[in-house]
Amino acid sequence: MEYTILLSILVLGVTAFISAVVLYLVSRKFAIPEEEKVSQIEEVLPQANCGGCGKAGCHDFAITCAHADAKTFSKLHCPVGGNEVMKKVAKILGFKPTVKEATVSVLRCNGTCQNAPAKIQYDGIFSCRVANKVSCGQTGCPTGCLRLGDCVKVCQFGALSIDKKTGIPVIDEDKCTSCGACVRTCPRQLFEIRNKSPKGNMVYVACRNTQKGAIARKNCKAACIACLKCNKINPDIKVENNLSYIPNTVSADDYGQELAQSCPTGAIIFTHCGDKKHD
Amino acid sequence: MTKLKTFPLGGIHPDKYKITTDSPIIDAGLPEIVYIPVKQHIGSPAKILVSKGDKVKVGTLLADADGIVSADVHSSVSGEVIKVESIEGEFGYLEDMITIKVEGDDFEPSIDRSTDINREIELSKEEIIAKIREAGIVGMGGAGYPTPVKTSIPENKKVDTLILNGIECEPFLTADDRLMVEKAEQIVIGAKIINKILGIQNAIIAIDENKPHAIETLSKITKTYVGVNVQVCATKYPQGGEKQLITAITGREVPSRKLPIDVGCIVQNVGTVFAVYEAVMKNKPLFERIVTLSGDACLHPANYRVRVGTPASFLIDKSGGITEKVSKVIFGGPMMGTAAFNINAPITKITSGILLLSEELSHKTEPQDCIRCGKCVEACPMGLQPYLIGRNVRNEKFSELAACHVLDCIECGCCAYTCPVHLPLLDYCKIAKSELKKK
Repeated sequence: MEYTILLSILVLGVTAFISAVVLYLVSRKFAIPEEEKVSQIEEVLPQANCGGCGKAGCHDFAITCAHADAKTFSKLHCPVGGNEVMKKVAKILGFKPTVKEATVSVLRCNGTCQNAPAKIQYDGIFSCRVANKVSCGQTGCPTGCLRLGDCVKVCQFGALSIDKKTGIPVIDEDKCTSCGACVRTCPRQLFEIRNKSPKGNMVYVACRNTQKGAIARKNCKAACIACLKCNKINPDIKVENNLSYIPNTVSADDYGQELAQSCPTGAIIFTHCGDKKHD
Repeated sequence: MTKLKTFPLGGIHPDKYKITTDSPIIDAGLPEIVYIPVKQHIGSPAKILVSKGDKVKVGTLLADADGIVSADVHSSVSGEVIKVESIEGEFGYLEDMITIKVEGDDFEPSIDRSTDINREIELSKEEIIAKIREAGIVGMGGAGYPTPVKTSIPENKKVDTLILNGIECEPFLTADDRLMVEKAEQIVIGAKIINKILGIQNAIIAIDENKPHAIETLSKITKTYVGVNVQVCATKYPQGGEKQLITAITGREVPSRKLPIDVGCIVQNVGTVFAVYEAVMKNKPLFERIVTLSGDACLHPANYRVRVGTPASFLIDKSGGITEKVSKVIFGGPMMGTAAFNINAPITKITSGILLLSEELSHKTEPQDCIRCGKCVEACPMGLQPYLIGRNVRNEKFSELAACHVLDCIECGCCAYTCPVHLPLLDYCKIAKSELKKK
């Protein structure tokens, strides 16, 4: 009995040792030398592997950076690390860092439980993508938030949460890295990455409904009815297909307050640095 | 007793609930306003021909087929067009609809409204196809595929069997059953008309064994018509599926991603065949159909003859309205139908039933983890592995779905029905299909 046990330990031990030696030799022989720069860059990257930069993870981004020239490098940006990380990467490569404006993801829907009360009860799979196929959602708005939180599930940074009172997702601007995961996930394309103004303010139309005003308002009190009031304040604001859109070029610092106050339905939202309002 | 025919693979035996089998078809009457969608079929929406203020009669052409895979849409009532715009449809999304205010009940003079049966088929093949096209006939079993397209055989294909689908395997629904009992001879003549188009002599009327009245009536009539036979099939769901029915009747299997025509068969719903009879013999376009209003929470279940475009709420009110007991309203059958978002949505050419279900029947149990019992695999009539499809969808491995042959899924719901842990397998299959079609 003892002999068998000892023998098996011996045999396995020897096999393991030989395999280890072989593996070591093979890995030395066929090792792919990694560029020093790549590993240096990779060290300063946030390692979120979110794909927000458009590359397949941080390692891929590091390789692209290492191979870039000054012109292509200026187009590369890590949204998670932001300007600070890009400064470090630029230092390693010896390029001039490009400074990008601060951005954050915003929800272009204000269809809260109060503004757009539920008309039906959905009891299918708890996923926006499925609900979007089955019907136009509890509220009756064919372009509004479905309130099932697919975006919350994909956010790696915990920046999104469903507000229990309003039913729609809320974005924590401090945590949001504008990686764009929510933008890609939302089946109704309700998220948009927007620039913050120098003072940290934002102004945007929180509605994507292209139905005529009267129909849209039936389902949601906060729908854009294309009344053109915002267009009169700043002619850069385009109103097409019964829907207004405020481009990033319209300064939130100068016009934000006025636009939000002028909107009769409350579809235009003006946020001061940090605090977000949905009522 | 010889064994009745059925398809070999999978299938389930849900409770039948055919409570309206013995209720004769009654006329639903005219609502005040009808909403006629311009897309009631597979393919491109029809082009609208009328505008606000136009006076129309029953049978007036409202929208013209746009392209080959499309169908004409006719007015089902007489009156005035009051709106031509997008209105909330069955799923809450906006659909183009023609709204008509009903005034009187005037028919187009070309429509033959007599009740006598015309037995002589005098028209040529081309004339018949033209009539079917003008009548806007689409597959009335649920798919809504334009019938003229289905009956035009490409030159390199050959058809030897016409199968009339009178299976109606969904629980609750009895619209086809009643039609076969009350319009038996017309259906048989309709079959002869389609036979003439196809250039063949035989037609098989397939009926489930749970419809004794229809079997009896049709067997009696088919004795006087050469080539038309009744084939009684063993009851099993989803026998009404085109591919299942062909296998059950002829023993041929439709290959993956091929059409019935590739194995020499054409399957037509009995409702469609009746519409073909009326179009060819009576010049009547498709503007009404039989709808079963049933469900365990329905006060007065019945089979109605309904004008296309009638709001579903009109029928529901006729059958006792939405009571406290009703927890879910379904358009179509309980297995394949969809929960209604909007009960004011109109009845279309393909609505076969409206069900009012109680909490007891519509209750959804919280799904648990798959226990790999393989019941869904046994039940799948297409031989797929629904648990695997479900797992790939949950893990978002959409690249592996093509290997699961998910596009062969007929969405019958057998998998979800048998699942002991209540996984929404059919929903997963539907997501998988739409993800694959995206690519």
